[in-house]
Amino acid sequence: MDYKDYYKIMGLKRDASEEEIKRAYRKLARKYHPDVSKEPDAEANFKEVSEAYEVLRDPKKRATYDSLDPNLKSWQQFGRQADRDASFEFSRGGFGDLHGSAFSDFFEELFGHKGQRTDFNKSAQFNARGSDHHAKVQIDLEDTFYGATRSINLQIQEADSRGKIQTINRTLNVKIPKGIKDGQQIRLSGQGSVGLGQGAKGDLYLEVHFKPHSLYRPDQKDLHMQLPVTPWEAALGATVQLPTPAGVVDLKISPGSNSGSKLRLKGRGIPGNPAGDIYVTLSIVTPPATNAAARKLYEEMAKTMAFNPRAKMGV
Amino acid sequence: MIKQSVLSGMIVEEGSIFTLEELSHACGKPAEWILTLVEEGVIEPVKNNQKHWKFSGYCLRRVRIVQRLESDLGVNLAGAALALELLEEVETLRNKIALLEH
Repeated sequence: MDYKDYYKIMGLKRDASEEEIKRAYRKLARKYHPDVSKEPDAEANFKEVSEAYEVLRDPKKRATYDSLDPNLKSWQQFGRQADRDASFEFSRGGFGDLHGSAFSDFFEELFGHKGQRTDFNKSAQFNARGSDHHAKVQIDLEDTFYGATRSINLQIQEADSRGKIQTINRTLNVKIPKGIKDGQQIRLSGQGSVGLGQGAKGDLYLEVHFKPHSLYRPDQKDLHMQLPVTPWEAALGATVQLPTPAGVVDLKISPGSNSGSKLRLKGRGIPGNPAGDIYVTLSIVTPPATNAAARKLYEEMAKTMAFNPRAKMGV
Repeated sequence: MIKQSVLSGMIVEEGSIFTLEELSHACGKPAEWILTLVEEGVIEPVKNNQKHWKFSGYCLRRVRIVQRLESDLGVNLAGAALALELLEEVETLRNKIALLEH
């Protein structure tokens, strides 16, 4: 467990005013918000910033945090003591609820578990459905073609029988529905929180994202890809092999094709009714002139083919 | 502790229909809040039949984004609705750029 420099995370001096803290948070939250930002580390950064703000916005928590000496080895112990006599309030519906992940160990050591709204209510005698959970999962693009079964690890914060919040690690084997698209959600009935009384269990929603693929770029149900071809395949036409997620297919290239020419393979995209298409963009690759024979061929082409690709540029 | 059985689920966006109550439960917010989203035009019920509103599966994602923007960035509902639309436009443009650069 590491000491977290909340001031550094937020780019603030240790004597920052409440207004400065709020301003810094708003700015950073807009920058790193996972719904807004496409930076690769946005989610991790946002989580750090949220945690820092949760502490610095609250004078009581901030005072506890400020009293720690970052250089002191025994600060862990201090944290444990601080935790015992102070009670901290947590904002409702904060980060953990909406983004489905907990704060750092450092935070929890100091302030205890981030208080989540729980369905548990000791005094109430009524039945209610357990709350629904949300999580994000990454799958391979190929999984949507075959409907693979994937094992998914989840960290869920749940109240135990006495209403105490616990972090539980769960592994679920989930069948990926064939034809699911990037950003869509799978609803798993009864995999959320336990209900109250006779109430049914909540549901679990998994938001599915494809891992980046070296060959294909998904766009809704279609896939886009580039296909390298030789100059003679493009000029003379050819039948070449094309890898697709569902297997290799033969692709006919018409004579006189060029770099940037687009071909559409109907129904070869993400399965569905109707299935998506694959769009192939040709890209001509020139063989290197590394030996005498190859050089001679290029020189012959230069002599016999009067061709100026820059004619349209007026040069 | 570890469940070995295989779970199958439905794709929310395809064929899934939420009642007002289900949608409100799915995001842990009161039904009144969902109603303000309808008023703001963020989501539209599929069939505005006199008694029971139904929402398409696509609404859940929109509702959750608005919920996070409101709570994390302190924007009001109108602001979150505007941000949502701009975000969708940015996503479309990003996809177009990625395809051009591909």
